[in-house]
Amino acid sequence: MRAALQLAQSGYKTAVISKVFPTRSHTVSAQGGITCAIASADPQDDWRWHMYDTVKGSDYIGDQDAIEYMCSVGPEAIFELEHMGLPFSRTEEGRIYQRPFGGQSKNFGEGGQAARTCAAADRTGHALLHTLYQNNIKNETVFFNEWFAVDLVKNQDDAVVGVIAICIETGETVYVKSKATVFATGGAGRIYASTTNAHINTGDGMGMALRAGVPAQDMEMWQFHPTGIYGAGTLVTEGCRGEGGYLVNKDGERFMERYAPNAKDLAGRDVVARSMVLEILEGRGCGPNGDHVKLKLDHLGEEVLESRLPGICELSRTFAHVDPVKEPIPVVPTCHYMMGGIPTNVHGQALTVDAQGSDAVIPGLYACGEVACVSVHGANRLGGNSLLDLVVFGRASGLFIEKSLREGIELRDASQTDIEAAGARLEALNAREQGEQVAPLRHELQEIMQNHFGVFRTGEFMREGIAKLADLRERVENVALADRSSAFNTSRIECLELQNLFETAEATAVVAEARDESRGAHAREDFTERDDENWLCHSLYQSEGKQVSKRSVNFTPQTVETFQPKARSY
Amino acid sequence: MLQVSLYRYNPESDEAPYMQDFSVDTGDRDLMVLDVLELIKADHDGSVTYRRSCREGVCGSDGLNMNGKNGLACITPLSESIKGGKLVIRPLPGLPVIRDLVVDMSLFYAQYEKVQPYLQNPTPAPAIERLQSPEERAQLDGLYECILCACCSTSCPSFWWNPDRFVGPAGLLQAYRFLADSRDTATEDRLAKLDDPFSVFRCHGIQNCVNVCPKGLNPTKAIGHIRTMLLNRAT
Repeated sequence: MRAALQLAQSGYKTAVISKVFPTRSHTVSAQGGITCAIASADPQDDWRWHMYDTVKGSDYIGDQDAIEYMCSVGPEAIFELEHMGLPFSRTEEGRIYQRPFGGQSKNFGEGGQAARTCAAADRTGHALLHTLYQNNIKNETVFFNEWFAVDLVKNQDDAVVGVIAICIETGETVYVKSKATVFATGGAGRIYASTTNAHINTGDGMGMALRAGVPAQDMEMWQFHPTGIYGAGTLVTEGCRGEGGYLVNKDGERFMERYAPNAKDLAGRDVVARSMVLEILEGRGCGPNGDHVKLKLDHLGEEVLESRLPGICELSRTFAHVDPVKEPIPVVPTCHYMMGGIPTNVHGQALTVDAQGSDAVIPGLYACGEVACVSVHGANRLGGNSLLDLVVFGRASGLFIEKSLREGIELRDASQTDIEAAGARLEALNAREQGEQVAPLRHELQEIMQNHFGVFRTGEFMREGIAKLADLRERVENVALADRSSAFNTSRIECLELQNLFETAEATAVVAEARDESRGAHAREDFTERDDENWLCHSLYQSEGKQVSKRSVNFTPQTVETFQPKARSY
Repeated sequence: MLQVSLYRYNPESDEAPYMQDFSVDTGDRDLMVLDVLELIKADHDGSVTYRRSCREGVCGSDGLNMNGKNGLACITPLSESIKGGKLVIRPLPGLPVIRDLVVDMSLFYAQYEKVQPYLQNPTPAPAIERLQSPEERAQLDGLYECILCACCSTSCPSFWWNPDRFVGPAGLLQAYRFLADSRDTATEDRLAKLDDPFSVFRCHGIQNCVNVCPKGLNPTKAIGHIRTMLLNRAT
């Protein structure tokens, strides 16, 4: 939406294809805020401190040129959003309200906890997404709402020249020709059984990319958010802990003091999630099955909760049947965010590697937001950095495409054969008479991922998971329609989504097994240490032949000194 | 077993809509209505059609009419919805049905766009944010949280009668969200565009919108503020 806005403002013909009405996209669920050094809470705040935190949070496999770009351009992008009307919460001085989030520090980790996350109460994603949609209306962007992109169309030079898309309401299928195709298709949290993600987060961009021979980067890196509501999976923002909430075990002990003596409950998300699982495994979990812990907020008082965290109060009452004003919320680490994705440069251009192992731009294809791996999050994303990522790099993609269009983009037209090749998967699905139903297959996939590729991983168990996925592949490819109608056929869409989920899941599984070290969100019980000698690099996955290779991390920011890898503690 | 009655209509094969009954095994859990729909689609009939996305009441996809009342299926527990041991699910009333529980929301969105739902302020923006006091910002609470689910407008008799001319509660709530924003300078233009017998004044204060809003918002109150502004403008 941010990229579309940039292009619509530039006057170039811009269309957004969205499988849901744009304000139904998952950004709407982001709660706590958008992290950026706008120097409101602390006039001395510095984007370089934010950069340091992000590099450290990434466990040193975030690209430092991209992190530098995001953190330094961030303030401008935030102020633009405010000028567009985003209803940020305010300080007494009238500036944007900022709250503390996990992994934030002042003065390169030396100055204590920072408060750097800009917030609109605990509905920041909602406020952001609606503001962007509203400004797209203002700029008359063309929307194809409830259209589903099926597969990429490539020309004879392997350049991307658009997509095959299906109108959900009528079933009409067309080739949408384009000089620049930008994926902003979000994550794929639905590969796991327990996730904070919306039903629609099915990795459609990943599926399309992998099928088209585009590589995927760092797919083993999945963030498990410490505080998903137990049983329901719905997210409870880290902002709860930023505002002073903390986690307790069955003895009422604030256990994070043992695992992260300085940052405590505001350590990196990977650290907090692992600590919670250890508490549970060591018998200090809450409830009759001892399988969760609790988030205590009642000491903050009703006034703070209702003004700063009103959405959380609502969600907790609805999904946990608990009023956080009175009692703690049962929570458990829950799949939340895909740090990996399509490798891109800071302009959003999708990358692959050539025969010599050097980066090569894939003409015509761009990616930004969760589906992209630019990479600013590396092995572990800091809270509040995802909204900044999508705004900054959505904007950057738009700016770059605008410039390229002005200079002239020449791509050869797709031939009829190219278009038919892209439409083949949909054709096959429509023609298939027999096969399994989508819901049980999806359930099976999610259980495999949940059991074999969770918070803690071991080689042997992952290899079992990979074998199960290999068995599942053919069945998923042969999924059958429960409904052959053309009118608003959600069964057809769910089948296509399942195949995208599968591609994403398999990439995750294969690369997770290959990375034999522990780093960030990827925690191996059989390789418990970080191995900088062999794995201070990105993983790269090609679906053809399930090949895993390595790609170097960028350690050369342009205006600051390199942040050298060191042991990561909070 | 829960008895569920669903509104069914496929424009390709059905002459007219009909109600279809399902017997759903909920395991005696107090599921959300959306969970029940997911069970029906997975275990009974894969052709059952509805919209859904976030499943936590913030995306606004699954506004439905459940036992006579509009609401979001994902945050409506069975215990709050069941009447006489049965769950009757229909599409939101007053809009054309595309298929089963999916309605055509074009008219609803057109009314939203009509109020110019974006900040207007032609003065050059400062290098940082425009300042706004916490009190000024508080004026937007209860307005900006709207999720465009259409539960309100499709429960409003005035919107049923004049969906093309009466902006409806959702659109008017957004109109007031920008009228109330200290950063917006288009107040006069906004009011001029609303100053006709239909856009605002077709609201008769029935308050169905207030009763059904899943986010606890109060469009009637916002409409009252707009009326006052329009009347003050006239005098």
